[in-house]
Amino acid sequence: MYAVEVDRLSVTYFETRALEDVSVNISSGQLVGVIGPNGAGKSTFIKALMQLIPAQAKHIKLLGQTIDDSRSHIAYVPQRSAIDWDFPILVRDAVLIGCYPKLGLLKRPNKQHRAFAQACLERVGMTEFADRQIGELSGGQQQRVFLARALAQEADLLLLDEPFVGVDIVSERVIINLLRTLRDEGKTIIVVHHDLSKAADYFDELLLLNRTVVAYGAPDDILTAKQIEIAYGNPLAFLQKAEASS
Amino acid sequence: MNFIEAILHYDFLQKALITSVMVGVICGVIGCFIILRGMSLMGDAISHAVLPGVAISYLLGINFFIGAVATGLLTALGIGFVSQNSRIKNDTAIGILFTSAFALGIILISFLRSSSDLYHILFGNVLAVRPSDMWMTLIIGIIVLSGIYLFYKELLVTSFDPTMAAAYGLSTRFVHYLLMMMLTLVTVASLQTVGIILVVAMLITPAATAYLLTNRLSRMIFLSASFGTISAIIGLYLSFTYNLSSGASIVLVATALFALVFIFSPRHGLMRKWRTSTKEVAS
Repeated sequence: MYAVEVDRLSVTYFETRALEDVSVNISSGQLVGVIGPNGAGKSTFIKALMQLIPAQAKHIKLLGQTIDDSRSHIAYVPQRSAIDWDFPILVRDAVLIGCYPKLGLLKRPNKQHRAFAQACLERVGMTEFADRQIGELSGGQQQRVFLARALAQEADLLLLDEPFVGVDIVSERVIINLLRTLRDEGKTIIVVHHDLSKAADYFDELLLLNRTVVAYGAPDDILTAKQIEIAYGNPLAFLQKAEASS
Repeated sequence: MNFIEAILHYDFLQKALITSVMVGVICGVIGCFIILRGMSLMGDAISHAVLPGVAISYLLGINFFIGAVATGLLTALGIGFVSQNSRIKNDTAIGILFTSAFALGIILISFLRSSSDLYHILFGNVLAVRPSDMWMTLIIGIIVLSGIYLFYKELLVTSFDPTMAAAYGLSTRFVHYLLMMMLTLVTVASLQTVGIILVVAMLITPAATAYLLTNRLSRMIFLSASFGTISAIIGLYLSFTYNLSSGASIVLVATALFALVFIFSPRHGLMRKWRTSTKEVAS
């Protein structure tokens, strides 16, 4: 079964095409990296999947259903820069928000929800920070809190927008290990990622985008000089990045 | 006669006090969401936009509440429509529409041929609160506080992470217009106490004061309502004792509280900032 089926998805921002005829089928139970140069439309792609921005498509199905039927089974983790970190909210209450979708309107979280949020916080190793305000954490810790919130959503499909940007090494390890565990539990995870050097290590499959699908498949088939040249216009970009980080 | 004796003695002063305190509470509560969503200008806009509604209601001889809510909401919808359907940025759309509504209101009021009415609507006159005004304020207060209580979760998530809220299927637009409706109601309730021009101060100053003191939204709401209440009581006292404009007195007390907290807040105050930056220099 496919977790994501997309047929000819296009997004237009004020007369510029951000995405054009993106078609891809992603099998469930995979950890997928979405890569591509700056401005390739990586974040736009996952936002358009969730219909968070206006998009046209012949056909989109997530988890075998239309988006509005599948929303409650999907967790979306926005870019860290999209959040107001001065917001007066404690870590544990931020994770508790993950329980909101299943509560529906008007109902309030109870003790069980709080205990569950606490357990999710423990899975990302952030229990001791439960009573901190979210802005008092490092970038990596903030990202782990948001991952805990996604865990609290108990989703079958997770969409993460640049979760490794500005993240320390410990947090990066915690996050990738947890994503792998979730994958092993049968969940599908799609990660927008810009660091090519670790892409082969981290992901089962890669979707190489540059306004449209350049290539999709196993990392070894995608991270070839030829594909990278098509997407980035410069085959050395990948090699230079790989060297710089090794 | 001192203030407390006067309150016990004069019915009009009791009504003024009850109304001002209620306004302090509801402005404080709703103001928290206004400032956290970066909508202070919107607060200013909606409060000005009720003016034509008030004027039309007077001209038609209906309760001014109906007209005020109508023009307040129409302006909120108009702002949303202009900013979503053009390249005009949101704050610009707000500026255009609320000044238009306000200008229209001034012209309509001039048909009433009573400059004292206009003066009272613009600047408030809490000592002239009628029983019906007091009851209306109390009813609006109950509606707004229940609304916030019932939709607390939705208001919290759409203020903190609107993208996540939209992703799980919550209508952020519904929550936005719900808040705009409550904002209009609060403005109408505040007309007598602080007047149209100064409502925005009661919305944002106590909330901003509370924001500097706590890291939890629930406490911020509680503190903000308390600052609103304290401002209302002390402001009314000053207004009564020294024969000053009630709205202006209440607002200046709120400002004084803000100034104190801005300097001395243990977490986010100026003193703390100076101390930590001197330490950094020293080390």
